[in-house]
Amino acid sequence: MADDVYSSDENEENYVFYRDREEWKDVTPVPQEEGPHPVVQIAYSDRFKDVFDYFRAVLKADERSERAFSLTKDAIGLNAANYTVWHYRRLLLQDLKKDLWEEMKFVKDVIEDQPKNYQVWHHRRVLVEWLKDASKEMQFTEEILNMDAKNYHCWQHRQWCIREFKLWDGELDFVNNLLCEDLRNNSAWNQRFYVINNSTGITPELLDMEVSYTIQMIKRAPNNESAWNYLKGILMAAGAEISSYPKLMDTCQELRASGVHTPYLLAFLLDCHEEMLETGSGVKEDNLDKAVQLCNQLAQEEDTIRKEYWNYCRRSLQLKYGTAEETL
Amino acid sequence: MSAPVKDVTIPEDAPSDLLLNKHADFIALYGAKKDDYEYCMTEYLRLSGMYWGLTTMDLLGQLERMDRQQVVEFVAACQHDCGGFGASVGHDPHLLYALSAVQILTLYDALDAVNVDKLVEFVSNLQQPDGSFYGDKWGEVDTRFSFCAVACLKLLGKLSAIDVEKATNFVLSCMNFDGGFGCRPGSESHSGQIYCCVGFLAVTGQLHHVNADLLGWWLCERQLPSGGLNGRPEKLPDVCYSWWVLASLKMIGRLHWIDKDKLRTFILACQDEETGGFADRPGDMVDPFHTLFGIAGLSLLGATEVKTVNPVLCMPEDTLRRINLHIELLSS
Ligand SMILES: [Zn+2]
Repeated sequence: MADDVYSSDENEENYVFYRDREEWKDVTPVPQEEGPHPVVQIAYSDRFKDVFDYFRAVLKADERSERAFSLTKDAIGLNAANYTVWHYRRLLLQDLKKDLWEEMKFVKDVIEDQPKNYQVWHHRRVLVEWLKDASKEMQFTEEILNMDAKNYHCWQHRQWCIREFKLWDGELDFVNNLLCEDLRNNSAWNQRFYVINNSTGITPELLDMEVSYTIQMIKRAPNNESAWNYLKGILMAAGAEISSYPKLMDTCQELRASGVHTPYLLAFLLDCHEEMLETGSGVKEDNLDKAVQLCNQLAQEEDTIRKEYWNYCRRSLQLKYGTAEETL
Repeated sequence: MSAPVKDVTIPEDAPSDLLLNKHADFIALYGAKKDDYEYCMTEYLRLSGMYWGLTTMDLLGQLERMDRQQVVEFVAACQHDCGGFGASVGHDPHLLYALSAVQILTLYDALDAVNVDKLVEFVSNLQQPDGSFYGDKWGEVDTRFSFCAVACLKLLGKLSAIDVEKATNFVLSCMNFDGGFGCRPGSESHSGQIYCCVGFLAVTGQLHHVNADLLGWWLCERQLPSGGLNGRPEKLPDVCYSWWVLASLKMIGRLHWIDKDKLRTFILACQDEETGGFADRPGDMVDPFHTLFGIAGLSLLGATEVKTVNPVLCMPEDTLRRINLHIELLSS
């Protein structure tokens, strides 16, 4: 697997420096430009210097050859974040008409080894574009997400493939599985919104299903920021009122009465009362009273680290809906 | 019923005072004395590394310790005929390094050392029909690049060289249901991307598009019991994310929503008392990147020992005053 990329590392004793290779005799290596801090030459890896000195030489000569191509592999093995190496490798892939599926295997190995590297993921995307084929991408990204379910690059790549190649089918099941494994996975919640918003759209039936799904998840782990954000977000995106949404506020009240303890629940109830004040439903004084109580509870007990935020919420509401004395 | 919060514990003996001179020494010696392997490994981001180091030195009031002429010559040597800048001499041009180059040259008041007209051309050529920006000719799109483009042009006084309205529409299309922003439309909200998008709107004078209360809440939710801020829910706190979040809050006039004392304690605990410099978290290895964002974060939190930092461009305010650059922020 990933060993392939670094195979030469494991055979350190067999490694032949480029400067000692017969087939590179015609090339004069180009040392690194020193920049403002002079580099003392001895300390850093000889191997690194050797490879990059020759890389700079082929780059300078714009040499489009097989040996340059294999040199880029060594350079990537030493520093996969160097974007110039990847650029050059792509030029070579095109010029030398390389087998792009072979390259897909190569980049898979590099990604498995360094899954948080921008350059590698971009390279993969360019290959998929060139091949006009994303059939391997769902499984590949799933494997990477198995290692880290929140890998931002991987999610970006997966979303791009889904959108470009219309791979929406089955994606919601995939998200369901991820949320079963970890219901706090914010990336999965985001993907849930992405899929629903871009495939079917948020129909009333779907909104119902999503609200009850999210409430179930909240009941299992009430202190889950992602689920609460999703609940509020999908209702807002659908243009629904949260305070009058069937059974929603009641459910939240019940949760609170049953001793569920989390700032997110109180914050959600606060949103409900604020909305009722805005729309003028219910008794204004009652709503303001409850909202102020919630703000105080959050600021003074439940979420003191953000007390300034909760005090701000209270002041804004009092200013907007209260009488002059209350605002003090 | 609820799982423990992912966070770090600040050790009892963690530093609690700003070791200003240690940090200046750390930056001044970085590269010269640091083991050279690391220095070579970071060649691919050299210009950004120089921006981190030089800005740190300027914020610490010790920029004169660096060799201005050498730096300016190096930056100039990184410019290509197309106007763009590579991270180092001979490296392919990329928008990220165009911004670093302009920031460095602005610090040194040395923009005349490079071809500004060509650079403006390079930046504007990267804008796409949908308003987004490529980072380079290979076509990666990211809201980071939208920010780099306008920040760069703003510093050059050439914002009119691009279609700001289209660029804005693209950035706004990356706004999410939680009030945050991602890399591309539909990408998960992420503090780093939020900084870029909010920064973009600040530079172009359009912060009114932000739902400041909703976004402000998401941002202040990033603060963990240790005081540090994370980049996304369920992630560990980090000095650099603390900066992206803090600066974004500052831009939308909501900085006071977090617990400043706790954040200050967290950032100070990320210093290395022996070597100088800041790490991402207490006890980790220090580097110039986290050092800049540690210092800049403390500046935003009101530290008087360092210069005032601009939250949008992460440069000293006095530098921006010198070039008459003013960016309107939302009031609190
Ligand atoms: Zn960091």
